[in-house]
Amino acid sequence: MGSIFKRKIGIEKQIDDFLDKVSESGLLFKSGVSAYLKGNIESFEKTIESIVETEHRGDALRRSLEEQLYIQTLIPESRGDVLSLLESMDSLLDRFKGALWRFDIERPEIGDEFHEDFRELINCVVESVEAIVRSSRAFFKDISAVADHMHKVSYWETESDKISTRLQRSIFRKEELRLSHRLQLRDFVRHVDKIADRAEDVADKLSIFAIKRSL
Amino acid sequence: MIRFRTAAICCSIFVVLGAVISGAGASHTLGKLGAVNAIAGAFIVAFAAAMSVYLMTLARFPVSTSQAIVGAIIGWNLFSGALTDGSALIKIVTTWVLCPVLAAAIAVILYKLVVFIITRSKIHMFKQDRMTRYGLLLAGIFGSYALGANNIANVMGVFVPVSPFSDISVFGWFNLTSAQQLFFIGSLAIAVGVFTYSRRVMMTVGVGIMELSPVAAFVAVWSHSIVLFLFSSQGLESFLMRQGLPTIPLVPVSSSQAIVGAVIGMGLLKGGRGIRWRTVGGITSGWVTTPILAAIMSFISLFFLQNVFQQKTYRPVRFALTLEAMDHIREAGVPTEKLADLLDENFPTAVQFKKALSQRIALTPMARNIIMAASEIDEIRVTQSTIAGLNMDWFTPELRKALEPLEGSEFLHKWQLQEALAERSPLWRFDQNNRDKNKDLQNKLAHLYETFRYEK
Repeated sequence: MGSIFKRKIGIEKQIDDFLDKVSESGLLFKSGVSAYLKGNIESFEKTIESIVETEHRGDALRRSLEEQLYIQTLIPESRGDVLSLLESMDSLLDRFKGALWRFDIERPEIGDEFHEDFRELINCVVESVEAIVRSSRAFFKDISAVADHMHKVSYWETESDKISTRLQRSIFRKEELRLSHRLQLRDFVRHVDKIADRAEDVADKLSIFAIKRSL
Repeated sequence: MIRFRTAAICCSIFVVLGAVISGAGASHTLGKLGAVNAIAGAFIVAFAAAMSVYLMTLARFPVSTSQAIVGAIIGWNLFSGALTDGSALIKIVTTWVLCPVLAAAIAVILYKLVVFIITRSKIHMFKQDRMTRYGLLLAGIFGSYALGANNIANVMGVFVPVSPFSDISVFGWFNLTSAQQLFFIGSLAIAVGVFTYSRRVMMTVGVGIMELSPVAAFVAVWSHSIVLFLFSSQGLESFLMRQGLPTIPLVPVSSSQAIVGAVIGMGLLKGGRGIRWRTVGGITSGWVTTPILAAIMSFISLFFLQNVFQQKTYRPVRFALTLEAMDHIREAGVPTEKLADLLDENFPTAVQFKKALSQRIALTPMARNIIMAASEIDEIRVTQSTIAGLNMDWFTPELRKALEPLEGSEFLHKWQLQEALAERSPLWRFDQNNRDKNKDLQNKLAHLYETFRYEK
């Protein structure tokens, strides 16, 4: 009996840890890009190392969770939903890591006039992911509170859309830039903005899962 | 949520316990409906009920053994010319309607309560899952116990009056009465049935009517268990009695009806859109066909057994308005002038006697019951050896003292023995203010009638 309890309490903690990793990856992304914009390459590279480590841990946690859910037949009626949620969250984590890597690979030249907008965009994206992490925690612990966090995801997604449009417009209006440079910057903006879109997709799924679990 | 094997093992163990420990309550009511008084007849009655249940189970309907056995007993009544006790029948059929309704009501209340608690206490999904699991298992155990207690009467009730067993003491720890031994065997049979045939019915109830969430399943099983418990607990009955409250009849109700009622109750609470009414319709129509099917099957099988295999399927109960019976009836306040021409006329069956009565006089059911009871012929002879054979603990020395002077006497009616005993000792008298004592006395008298009966 005791061992059963211990193991399952372990699962609850693992889920919490995993969501911590997702949220952490967002914060790392934010500080990484900010270091990059400041030209602090050393700190930027350290952040990349940490985010890779975080992604590793997240993957390991996700796999172990999936295994336990199926081998021990826990919550059989909603484990499919939980699994799909975990996977979507993991893909958000991957996207943060991917975006940061992309900065490292391409080392884009970002003019000072775009810095403020970039920071704002990244802030919105990270906030949207934070909101979905909070919604997921609520999904496990207090299902009636899911809705309280969920609407914030769409809010931040809309905000990041607005900023991304504004940013892309100003990139293309800037005449000194070559077309290739413009296209590269646009891709970066889109890549980051996509993360908020994905977060909203996860939120849509999660609201269905919550309805299914609601009593 | 729970593996079939786990469920089946827990269910089996507790069905046996429930049946042996508290199975007696509901079997009395069945006995009142029709006292099957020959072992071959009892066998056929049980067999007909079993066949009907088997056929319905093959068709995947959660069928009620209670209904099957009541149908089969009525088939026996029809065949042997015994009267079906209308009030007992009405009592049983009313509970059939009451039981699913009650289960639905309990389910709705319980469900609301559980939802309130879960949303209030903010339990983690995994913890809730774990609690639901243990809760389901507990509910299943309680339910099986209640099922054994309530429904064993269906399986073995008809055999109680003709039980071939005598009481045994298990290592001096506790006594197993002959009825309990019967119930033990019957509950073993139920356990075998759980392992072999219950799976498909489990599926119908669990998935067929409505997709049940684990919490809803938990509530369904609990309400079913509570309802069965209400209808079979002698403890609860005597508690209500002591408080002067109306008691719940101890009747074998249908566990399938209870669970279907509970599931529908919760379905309605959610707006009723999730309920598959076709399945519900199938189940309810089964509730009508089962007793009829069982009655027909019982009647036909009895006919075959009696006429083809020459087995005695019933002991005829004769009626005659003897002089003593006339006096007894008059004392009870029923006028007998119009019955004078029936004096000492013999009626081989209850049905014929009732017909003769109703041709002469319009009787209220109560008055008719008085006349029937008074004129039932039962040849009783008190002998030394039968007195010696009585259970020492049950029949205390004081009770025996009143019995011993009657040695050698013979009676034509049951009530004569009772009156003779009551004259000799207040212990043998009914007490209007003590229902527990009356019940015990009834049981003792019934036992005496059985043991002192002799056949010419």
